[in-house]
Amino acid sequence: MKLEFKNVEKSFGPHRVIRDISLSVEFSHVLCLIGPSGGGKSTLLRMLAGLEPLSSGEIYLDDTRQPSDEVSLRHFRKRLGVVFQAYNLFPHLSALENVVLPLVEVHRLSRDDANKRARSVLERLRLEKEEAKRPSALSGGQKQRVAIARALAIHPEMLLFDEPTSALDPEMTAEVLDVIAELKKEDRKFVMVTHEMGFARQIADVVAFIAEGKVLEIADAPSFFESPKSEEAKLFLSKILKY
Amino acid sequence: MIARALFDSPDRPASRVARFVNLLVVLLLVSGGSYALLAQSISDWSPVWAYRASFLQGWVTTIWLSVLSLICSLIFGLIAAMARRSSFMPLRSLSVIYVELIRGTPLLVQIYFFFYVVFDKVGLDNRYIAGVLILSLFTGAYIAEMIRAGIESIPASQWESARAIGLSTQQTYRLVIFPQAFRQILPPLAGQLASLVKDSSLLSVLGLSEFTQSALQVNSATYSTLESFLPLAIGYLILTLPISLAAKKLEALFRYEA
Repeated sequence: MKLEFKNVEKSFGPHRVIRDISLSVEFSHVLCLIGPSGGGKSTLLRMLAGLEPLSSGEIYLDDTRQPSDEVSLRHFRKRLGVVFQAYNLFPHLSALENVVLPLVEVHRLSRDDANKRARSVLERLRLEKEEAKRPSALSGGQKQRVAIARALAIHPEMLLFDEPTSALDPEMTAEVLDVIAELKKEDRKFVMVTHEMGFARQIADVVAFIAEGKVLEIADAPSFFESPKSEEAKLFLSKILKY
Repeated sequence: MIARALFDSPDRPASRVARFVNLLVVLLLVSGGSYALLAQSISDWSPVWAYRASFLQGWVTTIWLSVLSLICSLIFGLIAAMARRSSFMPLRSLSVIYVELIRGTPLLVQIYFFFYVVFDKVGLDNRYIAGVLILSLFTGAYIAEMIRAGIESIPASQWESARAIGLSTQQTYRLVIFPQAFRQILPPLAGQLASLVKDSSLLSVLGLSEFTQSALQVNSATYSTLESFLPLAIGYLILTLPISLAAKKLEALFRYEA
């Protein structure tokens, strides 16, 4: 998987969140975006997902340029599966219906095929017993696994995780991270913003360290965690590993 | 013991029997009181009874006037609410002006204004169609605000999620926003629709032979005011109570935690 940013900028009003990022990364399976809060990781991921319009610059995914008009962006988004921190499930639909909705409405599967595919994905994530429940009846970990099922079922080219465990307690965090680790074994490709350093170290092929709206370091995971080059990354890791 | 029979609170809930008995006793007291109050004034039902066909015919007219207005006002309300959310500014302003003008003026004034000024100019002289249109314009303005508030109560994360899975704007409204907004809108909407049924009584000033008009005619023919208007009140209650009950049923059906 190849990811390229060319002079990407993003401002919210006078606030520059992403400052002239240019980079080119190739990774076999997993790219983790890490760094201090408010540094621009999530914004970067959301731009990659086509959910946040760029103020300027270009993004390429496997050498195809991300379109900028809303209609082509919609087709672009269809190829990606996004998982949010707050799950963002549809509260009026059951777990199964949440997974089925994009299959039927966006990917034009028949209702039968969509049900079949949704059930098999839910089963793989050990959610077959919860398929009829609405999100309000599910635990946080279950909700996030349904959200992952929704993203997986469309057979995306790439998955994007935006701090998928930040809203979960340690036990549920483990439950969700287990699922994500399995995805790597299944040969899925994904980009993940995370604060779980142990997990990032274990699963990432490549790590990008982002702070103050800039990508300060890109390295393969072992070398980043053992010998970070930038001062900011050293400081960040020492703070995080202190306790 | 007396406290158990009369009070109901979350930490000490009353039994079903106690609740039913309470309702029954209060109902009896209210109807007994009303009877004591009115028995003297009601002399004779026979003159009014003679006009029962007229009452029934007026009541039926009120029903279909209400049903037609209900449908049209939902359409007007939806159009105005969507216009209010449009990115095209003239449309947005138009929607604000419509809602504020209608909500800020009395229905009676609107009835006269639309019928004798606007509809007269465009040559619409069917009083029933005019009545339905006026009532729908009136109720539509209130419904527009309810729909708008309902849509705005849906968090931005739902829009984002819908965009992320590739839904178009139209699909997002249909599959994600409206189903959730509907639950928010339902209770005030039911109240507004019950009001619509009652508001239709003002159309009597156009000489429509609806329910209120029949009561007015019976009253002027028989001079028995109470006997003419009591059935009127009951007739409207028969229409509005089911709306409240149906709304409660629907609410329970759509209940889920956000």
